[in-house]
Amino acid sequence: MPNTELLLVEPDVLSRVLAKGRSTGAEFSEVFVEDKRSTSAGLDDGKIEQVSSGRDRGAGIRVVKGDTTGFAHTSNLSEKGLLAAAEAAAAAASRGGGGVNSVALGAVLRHPVNTIEKWPDEVTKRKKVAILQRVDLAARAVHKAIVQVSAGYGDSRKRILIANSDGVLAADEQVRTLLRVSVVASGDGGMQTGFQSLGHTIGFEVFDENDVEALARAAAQQAVTKLSARPAPSGSLPVVIKHGSGGVLFHEACGHGLEADIISKGASVYKDKRGELVASPLVTLIDDGTMTAEWGAIGIDDEGHPSQRNVLIHDGVLTDYMWDYLRARKEGRRQSGNGRRQSYQHLPMVRMTNTFVLNGPHDPAQIVRDTKQGVYVAKLGGGQVDTASGDFVFGMTEAYLIENGEITEPLRDGNLIGNGPQVLRDIDLLGNDFAMGNPGTCGKDGQGVPVGDGQPTLRVKSLTIGGTAA
Amino acid sequence: MKVEVPELQAIADRVVAQAKNGEQIEAYVSRGGETSVRVYEGELEHFVSAQSDGVGIRVIKDGRTGTAYAGTLDEPAIAEVLAEARDNVQFGTDDEFAGLASPDGVEPVPQKFWDDELAQYPTEKKVDLTKDLERRALAADSRVRTESANYDDGWGETAFATTTGVRTSGRANSCYVSVITLADDGDETQTGFGFSVGDSPNDFNLDKAAREAADRATRLLGATKPATKRTTVVLDPYVTSQFIGILSSAFNGENVAKGRSIFAERLGEQVAVQFFTLVDDPTNKLAYTATDIDGEGLAARRNVLIKDGVLQMFVHSSYSARRMKTKSTGNATRGGFAGSPGVGCLAMQVTPGTKSQAELIADIDDGVLIQEVSGLHSGVNPISGDFSTGASGVTIVNGAVGAPIREFTIGSTLQRMLQDIVAIGNDVDWLPMRAAGLSLVIKDVTISGS
Repeated sequence: MPNTELLLVEPDVLSRVLAKGRSTGAEFSEVFVEDKRSTSAGLDDGKIEQVSSGRDRGAGIRVVKGDTTGFAHTSNLSEKGLLAAAEAAAAAASRGGGGVNSVALGAVLRHPVNTIEKWPDEVTKRKKVAILQRVDLAARAVHKAIVQVSAGYGDSRKRILIANSDGVLAADEQVRTLLRVSVVASGDGGMQTGFQSLGHTIGFEVFDENDVEALARAAAQQAVTKLSARPAPSGSLPVVIKHGSGGVLFHEACGHGLEADIISKGASVYKDKRGELVASPLVTLIDDGTMTAEWGAIGIDDEGHPSQRNVLIHDGVLTDYMWDYLRARKEGRRQSGNGRRQSYQHLPMVRMTNTFVLNGPHDPAQIVRDTKQGVYVAKLGGGQVDTASGDFVFGMTEAYLIENGEITEPLRDGNLIGNGPQVLRDIDLLGNDFAMGNPGTCGKDGQGVPVGDGQPTLRVKSLTIGGTAA
Repeated sequence: MKVEVPELQAIADRVVAQAKNGEQIEAYVSRGGETSVRVYEGELEHFVSAQSDGVGIRVIKDGRTGTAYAGTLDEPAIAEVLAEARDNVQFGTDDEFAGLASPDGVEPVPQKFWDDELAQYPTEKKVDLTKDLERRALAADSRVRTESANYDDGWGETAFATTTGVRTSGRANSCYVSVITLADDGDETQTGFGFSVGDSPNDFNLDKAAREAADRATRLLGATKPATKRTTVVLDPYVTSQFIGILSSAFNGENVAKGRSIFAERLGEQVAVQFFTLVDDPTNKLAYTATDIDGEGLAARRNVLIKDGVLQMFVHSSYSARRMKTKSTGNATRGGFAGSPGVGCLAMQVTPGTKSQAELIADIDDGVLIQEVSGLHSGVNPISGDFSTGASGVTIVNGAVGAPIREFTIGSTLQRMLQDIVAIGNDVDWLPMRAAGLSLVIKDVTISGS
């Protein structure tokens, strides 16, 4: 196993850089160091188009004085480079005097989220490429209507080191492996698409534990099924969402609105709602960065705080928001392990990790049988929310009509729209078949971070379907 | 004005000079910086000052392609990137069309991409004008709060070299301000935003940005959910810009070659109403995404995509052009040093009509003015053409705008929407997006609400 004990920068250098960060009188300084190696490979049109290797390495330095944050980053990890960035960040945060000339760091904090069996840099590129070729063959074999397959493989191995003037010294190594497949099928009514993905915070062993051919066939089947799809209905109907496909609903309907930075600016419908019933009593919502191997898992967050399991909504009652360093400091409370950033070039902010709803009491098959007329969503796409009004949309990429308690005809793609607090209250049936969903990338303020989601099969008694059928 | 960057060009040249027999090499070298100011309630919330650089290398041998990049310009790192790209070549599939662009004799249209006033603009003034913008937004309406006011600028220098003789470098800078607003009425809160772009901060129209941000937030207060129906919609310029931007992938020659475009096999056909003409013209300096060269270093050029409703052409990189037995149209795209070239439209514009938005609305008895859309990435499928997005706006009744509405979707297909265009406005707005905006009237769109 590769040596994970190495710190990217020596502690005595970090101490001097942190002191430089506080040299203009700031209360807080922080160094975030990152060294990331990544490999990606793309297959399209039956060919491996290219294999690509990437290296991103640098440090971001944050200085906080009063309510002002100064930030600078550098790809130069020498003491000279780091000191220059610290000086820039300090100047950015402050024009005042004062100063600090030493910072003591604690022992290195480490909080491994999982064990890596097959480090990506120890697996040959040939094996990585072979995964894509298997995907291509399996997808094309599903049906003669399959006209195009593209697939992408990606892995990354990211070492991070965080030190701050409160004495925190923390390191983590995050390995992620991802596979995605897109399929196009062509029929009399035009083209349709299918998409599946698989991503975990582990190494190449992900392919020992998951069937890539099955993933490819699922994407292909989705495209073929939609060839005979009819336009989705329009207007409001009951919607049943299959387990493991609809966590994005909670991510958008309330996850973002529970982020403390949005709360602190009064830009969320969930402000001042702690202790209140905000959802159906069936709903218990968790954000959990410690979930081994899940896509949003992290050992420590990007501010050096250990990841943890946070209960956001318990039996429908809002229990807590998610917190980063800045917002927690302001409120005089503990962080919740939700301070994340895209890279050393970005400021951290409050972000979700793995966000999911726990099992309810209902039999998933019965949920469908109890629905006379509605829509069954088997796969959701992305979404978007306006946290202030609570209005959100999310896409359905595989959906069916429910008629007299049975799943019937496939529907074409479309968006669903709803209002977060209303939809949470309208969840009237919650299944006992919890499953995690697909790997996601959550975008906020221009930064993307890996997140996971999950939920059991559930029913929302009324959602607006963005179809074209009258 | 062409400004060269000899220092970066020398790095790119040195990489390319290492090509061995039978090897094609492309080097893309860049360096840049940014300033980001955020103000909240009159105080500086954050100030970011950052620089970054990097190199991306593509190697092609025997029809196989390998690439690598690193976020640094250290010499040993560049050597490692070249070695990695070479190593990656062996895993690619032999593709007879793989290759780099070659100079095609088309001269780039000179444009101004660098502004000295912006480059020398004092930091204090950047903070001051951001605070000023926030004050103006607050002053625009008593119901308005701010979430943040922002100033952002960036500069970049790039150099490009290939073994096929493409060699170019340049630099550019740009800046913009934006303000995010919230408007409250009882329990209800709505969000708005406004922005302004310019060559330098001297071009900013802070009043307009502040007013738009206040308008967007307050106009939705009290909005209701409309009933489901099929109706005529007027897309605001900001919405049209996003709608036209989605069409880019249908003109993409690589998508056409790979059977992923709704326009494949339709050259010469009437794909839109007769009075609809669409060009891609990155040589138009008014376009926010104007550029002199494309992502492979070839001259960017004006291309007419749809003329009088008839599909004229697809856009190409050198790769898609070889596959389709044609020539590059200067439409290679590239996402910085870490990315490989793709294909896309660069600066799209619908040829404007003659009426203002008010005149277009005056012609409509019953319809909806769509002022914002959401979820384009999740609800629009550019391969099947299915179109469904969240929306908000105001009703149109007897030729005048009525009550605000929200929490509904608009749905159709891209193919039908182009055929269902009723009128085109004259209100061209060069928004900071890939396509210019203007008002567009489309009939038979499904509004899905209660």
